[in-house]
Amino acid sequence: MSMMTVQDAPSAAAADQGAKVRIGVRGLDFYYGSFHALKNINMNFHDRQVTAMIGPSGCGKSTLLRIFNRIYSLYPEQRATGEVTLDGRNILSPSIDVNELRARIGMVFQKPTPFPMSIYDNCAFGLRLYEKLSKSELDDRVEQALRKAALWDEVKDKLKQSGMGLSGGQQQRMCIARTIAQQPDVILFDEPTSALDPISTGKIEELIEQLRADFTIVIVTHNMQQAARISQYTAFMYLGELIEFGPTTKIFMEPQQKRTLDYVTGRFG
Amino acid sequence: MVAVSEQTYKTARTDTRRAKPFRFDPLFAAATRAAAITVLVLLFGIMASMIYGGWPAFRAFGLGFLTGTQWDTMNDVYGGLPAIVGTLSTALIAMVIGVPLSIGTAIYLTQLAPAWFKRPVGTAVELLAAVPSIIYGMWGLFVFVPLFAAWFQVPVSSVVEGMPIVGTIFYARSPSGLGILSAGIILAFMIVPFIASLTRDMLDQIPTVLRESAYGIGCTTWEVVRHVLLPQAGVSIIGAIMLGLGRALGETMAVTFVIGNANRLSASVMDPGSTIASRIASEFNEALGMQMNALIGLGCVLFFVTFVVLVIARILVSRVRQY
Amino acid sequence: MSDAAITPSAEAEVKWGRVRQSRRIQDRILRVGCTTATALAVFVLFWILGMLLWKGGQGISLDLFTKITPGPGSQGGGLLNAIVGSIVLTFLGIAIATPIGVMAGTFLAEYGKGSKLAELVRFINDILLSAPSILIGLFVYVVLVMPFQGYSGWAGSVALAIIALPVIVRTTEDMLRLVPNGLREAAAALGAPASIVIRQVSWRAAKAGIVTGILLALARIAGETAPLLFTALNNNFWFNWNLTGGISNLPVTIYAFASAPYDNWQQLAWAGALLITGAILVLSIAARALINRK
Repeated sequence: MSMMTVQDAPSAAAADQGAKVRIGVRGLDFYYGSFHALKNINMNFHDRQVTAMIGPSGCGKSTLLRIFNRIYSLYPEQRATGEVTLDGRNILSPSIDVNELRARIGMVFQKPTPFPMSIYDNCAFGLRLYEKLSKSELDDRVEQALRKAALWDEVKDKLKQSGMGLSGGQQQRMCIARTIAQQPDVILFDEPTSALDPISTGKIEELIEQLRADFTIVIVTHNMQQAARISQYTAFMYLGELIEFGPTTKIFMEPQQKRTLDYVTGRFG
Repeated sequence: MVAVSEQTYKTARTDTRRAKPFRFDPLFAAATRAAAITVLVLLFGIMASMIYGGWPAFRAFGLGFLTGTQWDTMNDVYGGLPAIVGTLSTALIAMVIGVPLSIGTAIYLTQLAPAWFKRPVGTAVELLAAVPSIIYGMWGLFVFVPLFAAWFQVPVSSVVEGMPIVGTIFYARSPSGLGILSAGIILAFMIVPFIASLTRDMLDQIPTVLRESAYGIGCTTWEVVRHVLLPQAGVSIIGAIMLGLGRALGETMAVTFVIGNANRLSASVMDPGSTIASRIASEFNEALGMQMNALIGLGCVLFFVTFVVLVIARILVSRVRQY
Repeated sequence: MSDAAITPSAEAEVKWGRVRQSRRIQDRILRVGCTTATALAVFVLFWILGMLLWKGGQGISLDLFTKITPGPGSQGGGLLNAIVGSIVLTFLGIAIATPIGVMAGTFLAEYGKGSKLAELVRFINDILLSAPSILIGLFVYVVLVMPFQGYSGWAGSVALAIIALPVIVRTTEDMLRLVPNGLREAAAALGAPASIVIRQVSWRAAKAGIVTGILLALARIAGETAPLLFTALNNNFWFNWNLTGGISNLPVTIYAFASAPYDNWQQLAWAGALLITGAILVLSIAARALINRK
């Protein structure tokens, strides 16, 4: 692989050095209709770090993720109040162009979502929307993205075939390629491996590890081992509240809260 | 380990940015909205044009337009009662014959037919619904009517002749085979595939568990159908029947072929008559002046009758698949 | 349960045959009745098809497709002008209805979440779906024929379009609803605005279903006669692309010829009926095959 970074032990060091804050969340509340799903969330996401969000299902971790690119606003009954900043700008403000925001903050979903078009067109989808590229530039960018997503060797001979013909793991990597082709600032992963087999899961985890060199990453996972393996920061959420947030080693080794301890040690009832 | 000092993946992209990519977006949303509004405009346009076209006739004849039995083109006197009664009675006959057949067919298709047989028979029933109305008319006129005259009208007339009530309703003065009853029977055949496939879809939606638990306590198929399935599908089956009724009321070509197109009111269902639709179809092209207004006025009556029936049907069915 | 079945019998062992006779008979009646009803429906279908094949089959010849409809009392003749006219009217009708129908269906499925307008349109569309076709003919007569003083091919195809429209709206909406929301979210997450999500993702994913709807609409209007009676009318002339005048078409020709006193006319009516029914059944089966293949 072309990309290598020095791998200290999951770098809690970054926290102490105070890495640049990419996304800041202040006093965030979220509602599904009248249901109060997130309660007064405050936290920071650091540049080029992987932040994992864990917690039992229904705790609001996916909901939080879906606020960062305002994908929730596709549904009129869902609303968020408070402040979420991307590099200092409040993205919840009505003046933000949500489409451009989503081009800056990519998202990979729980289940692979190949569009009904060729592998090439899938990867070029976002690029064509926002950039004016010549055919050869576009080819280059698609190839780079597919290489980066460790899929190029598997698909380079069948770029014109439908993306729906790939295996689940390949589809998910294609979706990652599609997202990184746009060169977003942040990538959100919403349980990206929950629909995949262990081997595909391993590949995606390796990939996330490498993407950290270029992107700020937020990942929602129900799998605590995964969070421990790939993240530098971990947030534990429960019933719509942020219970504890800090360097991953700390959350797993010496959590401050009893509920966190119960959850990470599997004693959660 | 040494960090590989490679250029990062991300490249500057300010130079390739599109200026204003999505000016088209609100335009597209507006276009879909306009298309949706077209649907509304059409229905209200139909309503308005019927009222507008029929207005001179309503004004000239008042309530007599609905209750008058004269349809006299010589003297320009138009009463719609025979056509209105014809419309209602053919539809009623169609329902009396067609509904049990439809429900029976739906029950067969969902409960009784062997699995491999469901697909082809179901498709056959659906295809029957696709056969155009004019084909039913030709079949009715050239095949059904002669048989009906010879094997039903003649023997029945000779039996009921002179009997009170039954004799009035079933006696054919001229057993030609054409008439209200023939039209009703053809209509019944036309609505059976329609109601049957709707009802089948509704019965299919009932969870299997419910059926199995009824069988589980020892019910016969009849009891499962009678006490579990039909009550469960209940209201929506009535909706499907109303949809069939809406179709029977407005059906034109098939009826025009077999009803005999008589303008008088007769007590016997064996006699020729007319429906609103058949009257319009057979007279409209030669109609002038008040006669045309009277025909459109009849169309207006038909519109409001079917509108009410269909509104009730839609409320009852509330979105079952139907094409 | 009958009394005999409830009363404990002298013998302790369980007795079979306790199902009351009347229940069995009821059940038997249901089975026989339902089977008969279905058999009757299928029988009528084959009867009609058989009749068409037998009577119409005799009229199928090369002349049918090469000669125009004969005048009263003349010999021979074919249906060429009526066939061409019908094809033109039908496809023009579909060409008018498809863009409006697909767009309206798109509004209902994609933009209409929780909107009162969408609810109303959906309801009215369902009414229009079952509105008597003769009233649609009358409507087009009042708005297009009366003001312009004459029957026209345009009026005929507009009438057909109004019949096709609700079918297309309904199927488009239903098929778009089957497209998983995840796909829309994924496209939106790449920064695509609604119109691009719809056109490049939703429509593409629902393509087979939308095409099915158009085929069904085609089948629906191909045999429509009533709305053409006083819009497109009919004539015995060669089709000449002049859509501002009356235009010959199969259904009205069949209607006019079927009960006419000339043998060759009747023969042509049967042949036309066979053609049109054949075409409609092929379309319906093709639509079903398309949707089942997915």
